[in-house]
Amino acid sequence: MTKLTISRRGLIKTGAFVGAGLAMPTIFTSRANAFTNAPMGSTVTLGFNVPQTGPYADEGADELLAQKLAVEHLNGEGDGGCLNTFTSKALKGNGILGKKVEFVTGDTQTKSDAARASARSMIEKDGAIMINGGSSSGVAVAVQGLCQEAGVIFMAGLTHSNDTTGKDRKANGFRHFFNAYMSAAALAPILAKELGTDRNAYHLTADYTWGWTQQESMQAATEAMGWKTVNNVLTPLATTDFSSYIAPVINAGADVLVLNHYGGNMVNSLTNAVQFGLLDKMVNGKDFKIIVPLYSELMAAGAGDNIKGVLGSMNYNWQLQNEGSKAFVKSFGEKYGRPPSNSAQTCYAQVLLYADACERAGTFNPCGVAEALEGFEFDGLGNGKTMYRKEDHQCFKDVLVVRGAQNPTTAYDTLEIVEVTPVDHVTYPPNHPMFGGDDASLGTCNAGA
Amino acid sequence: MLGLSKKDTTFLLIVMFLTLATPILLQPFPEGSGLAQFNAGYPDLMQRFAIYGIFAIGFNILFGLTGYLSFGHAAFLGVGSYSVVWMYKLLSYNVLPGLILAVIMSALFALLIGYVSLRRSGIYFSILTLAMAQMSFNLAYSVLTPLTNGETGLQVYGDDPQVLMGEGGPTSPHFFGIVMNEATKVDFAGWQFTFSNGYYFCAIIAIIVFYISLRIFRSPFGLMLRAIKTNQTRMSYTGLNTRPYTLAAFVISGMYAGLAGGLLAAMDPLAGAERMQWTASGEVVLMTILGGAGTLMGPVLGAGFIKYFENIFSKINDNVLHGWFAVLPDGLEDTIVFLMHPFIGKGWHLTLGLLFMLVVIFLPGGLIEGGQRLRNWIKRDKEPKGPSKDTEHHPKPKPHVA
Repeated sequence: MTKLTISRRGLIKTGAFVGAGLAMPTIFTSRANAFTNAPMGSTVTLGFNVPQTGPYADEGADELLAQKLAVEHLNGEGDGGCLNTFTSKALKGNGILGKKVEFVTGDTQTKSDAARASARSMIEKDGAIMINGGSSSGVAVAVQGLCQEAGVIFMAGLTHSNDTTGKDRKANGFRHFFNAYMSAAALAPILAKELGTDRNAYHLTADYTWGWTQQESMQAATEAMGWKTVNNVLTPLATTDFSSYIAPVINAGADVLVLNHYGGNMVNSLTNAVQFGLLDKMVNGKDFKIIVPLYSELMAAGAGDNIKGVLGSMNYNWQLQNEGSKAFVKSFGEKYGRPPSNSAQTCYAQVLLYADACERAGTFNPCGVAEALEGFEFDGLGNGKTMYRKEDHQCFKDVLVVRGAQNPTTAYDTLEIVEVTPVDHVTYPPNHPMFGGDDASLGTCNAGA
Repeated sequence: MLGLSKKDTTFLLIVMFLTLATPILLQPFPEGSGLAQFNAGYPDLMQRFAIYGIFAIGFNILFGLTGYLSFGHAAFLGVGSYSVVWMYKLLSYNVLPGLILAVIMSALFALLIGYVSLRRSGIYFSILTLAMAQMSFNLAYSVLTPLTNGETGLQVYGDDPQVLMGEGGPTSPHFFGIVMNEATKVDFAGWQFTFSNGYYFCAIIAIIVFYISLRIFRSPFGLMLRAIKTNQTRMSYTGLNTRPYTLAAFVISGMYAGLAGGLLAAMDPLAGAERMQWTASGEVVLMTILGGAGTLMGPVLGAGFIKYFENIFSKINDNVLHGWFAVLPDGLEDTIVFLMHPFIGKGWHLTLGLLFMLVVIFLPGGLIEGGQRLRNWIKRDKEPKGPSKDTEHHPKPKPHVA
């Protein structure tokens, strides 16, 4: 090895160089801003971070369509959509606080790492002041944490895990979508009525935060009405063939299969279950049944005939006949030629809610916006009367229990609404044990630099 | 200087200059201009350049010098990340203990995996490392969920012990008070430069490890590794046991990967299992080959190239394209956008794949070879053509991609 000889001159030269290099960043003065990415010009940039690849790509594509529609409506283009039915009249169709709305998009790839990278690049490079979208709770929790650190508002998209507004709740994060506890609370009475109170359930669960809390909620709700839980098997999110998980179900003595799966996972696992003939079986003298606690139109379309008669719950369905829903379905349908999915609706509503909160607060400062959203009661965005709870930033509204339609007439009414469960039946205290108990706290709002 | 020859010292100084001036060099277009889309001088991407540069430099010590193609280096990246996040959870947000643990843990891992895998060479070695890495990925993804938090990713929670965390200490990763995600923004005649603490932390570490790799390349140990690459059988016949050398190279490159993984978590306090997936291992192979395996600067260039594509090209969408070609007549504009659509946005993999094929076919020595050819081509006009300078008839170096 070459000998390391340090001459005095060499040392001084090196030292001077390294010193100059280290000092370089500090000779410039910093520019003071009240909060991260304060919009300076005549435009304001929103960041839409949705899965464009991976198991939830279909949902992501639909979210992006809805977000683009929302931006159009905010800028006064198109027919205005829900701006006409929204109970808050702060939005004028001239952008947000007079600034034209622009947006940038990113691909979460349904991976926490990639989602954070794309959110960071939107915040750091493109100056996004709010991040919206996403179709996985793992991603939502990760991006929510990032937005809290960076000092921007996170308006969660489709995220159904209890943790998002439970133990992982953050002051800068807001969720319009319902959650696993609400699904279970809405489903339980219907299940008792239709399937009886003496059933043995077998759970297949996607192995991440959403699956875990969904399974926990379903188990608690169904056991409370007398069901037994035979087994719970965790399946990796990337699984595409569930045959090896379905085969043992038949021998386990279970007469109900609960699929805590979503998106492409659910399409595959349900198809596998139907192929194995589970639905034709009689176990313990009862018809074998399958339940999918969280449904979406896109999953229903993917699963085709297999979903007939299968029960589940939804945050929103385009067949709802209130004014807000009609206005949204009309403008979405006219633009894209088909009705919106419930992931599209939640993102559309979130963008509008954010814009409205900025208008009411009179600032883009995340702390001001958060204050305007906390405890906000509104109607006219499609879900009926809704309230953003102050303690955990969770929206409270009616929950839909749906069933795969026996005789769908078009490709879009494959789900029929069984019941609209009123909000009182799905409300829980903010310190509920499934939501982190007394330890869970929002922390303080962060406005960044 | 620092035990380097004059030429290498100049080389190191150029690298130091380029690294430290990156925030300015990567921001060639003024804010608000149409080309600002192509600026890459924001902290997240610059940090990635430095970190994946370290990863590729380390990988090159194994692949470039010994010729052993490991398809499992992402496992060490993941181990590094998890180590750092665990140190956040247990001690405090200071990155130093985590980074030290990251290097130690990845060295142990590399020792274990290398000891088993290096019993075979060539394709069998590659497959063994791939299998090991996939095994680690699956362990992290589901089996070891209590340790890694599975798919959700390991994060710091409010109720973690963090025993060394004092009152009022920084609540995000820092190095003795220098908070990583803080940055100084400077506006200069329309340009905006971001000098981020995190980037400079990574950059200084990158320069140090680049120096170490330079020393390894120039040392007798490096020569031994090159000999293994050229003809391992002959080495064995002369009575030399090559295993300790290859194992040492494997462990060193594993430590580099662990350090890179640790830095990833030092910039963003989250560790996901995807970091260990085989695609991440493949990525570093691509980086090294694209830049030029066996060269000092090549892998860093390759890393920058791929990360640039991933982050800049993937964000160009149809709206941006329509903006660029708005001056053209409608029909022509739509045609051009339609033709370009598969290559931008989420199609960036396709563009990268095409470029990779072109590089491998026409520039087997990677981007570095491209640069050398360009230089020779410019020089040729000035210098009269003489007989080849290689009067001693050295053998031609073996191509990395045959």
